[in-house]
Amino acid sequence: MSAALGKIKGFDQRFLVIAAILFAILLPFFFDRGSSFMDDAVLALAYVVMALGLNVIVGFAGLLDLGYVAFFAIGAYTMGWLGSTFYSQANGGEGVHLLVTGAAANLPGIHVNFLLVLVGAIILTTIAGVIIGLPTLRLRGDYIAIVTLAFGEIIGQVAANGDQVRIGGIWDKTLGALPLIPDLGSEATLTRGKLGISPVDKIDLPFVDPFTSLDIRSWYFVALGLVLIVLFVNVRLRDSRLGRAWVALREDEVAAISMGIPTVKTKLMAYGTGAALGGMSGAFLGSYLNTVNASQFEFIFSIFILAMVILGGLGSVWGVVIGAILLSFVNSWLIPDVLNGLPGQLGLDFDLTQVSFAIFGFILVIVMILRPEGLIPERSRKQEMHGIGTGDRAGAGSDVELGEAR
Amino acid sequence: MPVAFAIHDLTADGSLTRIGNNLVDGVSNGAIWALVALGYTMVYGIVELINFAHGEVFMIGSFIAFAAFGWFGMDLNTAIPLLILGLLLCLLISAIASGTLNAMIERVGYRPLRDAPKLAPLITAVGFSFILQNVGVLWLGGSQVSVPDLIGSQDVLFQISGVEVTNGDALAILTTVPLVLALTFFIDRARLGKAMRATAQDPDAARLMGIDVDKTISATFLIGGLLAGAAGLIYALYQTTIWFHQGFEAGLIAFTAAVMGGIGNLRGAVIGGILIGVIQQISDNRIGPEWTPVIVFAFLVLVMVVRPRGLIGEETRQAG
Repeated sequence: MSAALGKIKGFDQRFLVIAAILFAILLPFFFDRGSSFMDDAVLALAYVVMALGLNVIVGFAGLLDLGYVAFFAIGAYTMGWLGSTFYSQANGGEGVHLLVTGAAANLPGIHVNFLLVLVGAIILTTIAGVIIGLPTLRLRGDYIAIVTLAFGEIIGQVAANGDQVRIGGIWDKTLGALPLIPDLGSEATLTRGKLGISPVDKIDLPFVDPFTSLDIRSWYFVALGLVLIVLFVNVRLRDSRLGRAWVALREDEVAAISMGIPTVKTKLMAYGTGAALGGMSGAFLGSYLNTVNASQFEFIFSIFILAMVILGGLGSVWGVVIGAILLSFVNSWLIPDVLNGLPGQLGLDFDLTQVSFAIFGFILVIVMILRPEGLIPERSRKQEMHGIGTGDRAGAGSDVELGEAR
Repeated sequence: MPVAFAIHDLTADGSLTRIGNNLVDGVSNGAIWALVALGYTMVYGIVELINFAHGEVFMIGSFIAFAAFGWFGMDLNTAIPLLILGLLLCLLISAIASGTLNAMIERVGYRPLRDAPKLAPLITAVGFSFILQNVGVLWLGGSQVSVPDLIGSQDVLFQISGVEVTNGDALAILTTVPLVLALTFFIDRARLGKAMRATAQDPDAARLMGIDVDKTISATFLIGGLLAGAAGLIYALYQTTIWFHQGFEAGLIAFTAAVMGGIGNLRGAVIGGILIGVIQQISDNRIGPEWTPVIVFAFLVLVMVVRPRGLIGEETRQAG
């Protein structure tokens, strides 16, 4: 009986997933290539990737990360460094070009193909994730939150002040002297601070014309492709040995350790994976937004992404997707485009975009009070919240998980 | 670190004036952070929640103090006895307003979520923080507003071999010390203070002993808010500019201070606040203010690596 039920449910879910993906693929054909809806949709998809990345750290492994913006920043700067005229003195002013076509191929500066930049961003952010993870290993709970917050702030501030950091001289003498690695010129700085690195190279894929900012549809499909990859990674990880180890650590660290789960490795894997996904999305956004600007990397952004994860339901892959899409549209469409006319119609004289954060805050408060477990909670959490299976069944369940994870 | 700079000054200038000034400014600045950090640490100790809205409560305290100066018509020409009386009254008003605000936030946003997952009240706290920031924007606009320099914040009160103590320094230290002493006495001796400590240790056992846990938690938020409001007034007089973003910055710094000292620990919060104040001054003065946040947070990470439970040690449920 219950097996049959499970089969139907499984079928239902698979059907829903396929329907949702089909819907996402067909959606752009109903809208104009350059419409603002498409713009909002691309942003929403990029945020889905980030939210799913943060979900690995906070949702699966239970490590509260308040500095996720750091990975966005590192990913975006990888794009900025490797795909713009920022290092215009590189290679003696000739520029470096690696598998790029179109306008970028003739410009000075470093220009590397988007797919390679993506790989570079993943490598860099994974390393950053592990470095940020290391000092938190001995900490618990909210101390992890403050240390990650501190790292996020440090990266943000270094980005903002990076125009004072001259790396050119040191680079040219050390790494730049090696074969195959270009020198940057003595004037090169780390970032361009709040002015921002702009313009940034557009995505340039093989067999496709280089992207333009007028045709958002092609950007949409790249973003959707990233989302599908990340979704696949998330679902597979959740059901893997590693995913179960994360959940075990989240639920009861002492029990997990005594069952032989290697804490250090498991936690660092969570940080590394989550960071890599954030870096991917960061590189994409760097190219799409056409600027890599220190004011993008503020604490508020970490909270924005965290709110998506919690709103959707911590640890629930599909919930997080919904949460990210909802909050992204609230931010980029509902508040500026829909609600903004309201005060005028009511005869009030104030600009609603001024209080957009208040509306955002209000939505968070209301949703949390009405549905603290998130919109689509993870099954175990739902049971916990409604008092089902908190006794023997939950205990038995976690035993099984731990046993297998060993 | 201060010792290293003191030695550096001795060899470079032949005197300790510069480091002395850094220390005085740092301690007085840190006193303000300490008051805000106390609210964080008390709330964390009792409900294990990072009250993100706390910085904004502090900001509203500053705004109310600024408004109160206007209500009483206080300006640079007010006679000194009247000024002191007026300031005390304003202190009372901003403290009570902030305290009430903090308790109200707890009632509306956190109490319904007492049994929810731990992250849910954290998110409502963030929500309230956003709402209050926008209240600030609507109230005084999106840029810095200058406050009448009622006490002559930068005027030198007295000097010890070149080290200047300004009126602002004196105000910050002379207000903070009695408040902290009163708070410690209250937590140690008063009935409600004991109820708070009992609730922090074990809410269920406290309830069995006849303590009204909800009321005790409300009182904790009220007291935390009172201190934030007082800090708000001092900040307004000390910095002579206020704006909606100050709460966010102060919140980050004060929370860092609370964690650095050991969360849940009142002494830790005060020491953490003053330590951060001193670090900030030294960094502002010698490295450049734009690098100060990096220095502060790097120091925090260092402390966390060396002493994972803060400098003094935490006092929370898990710590036993």
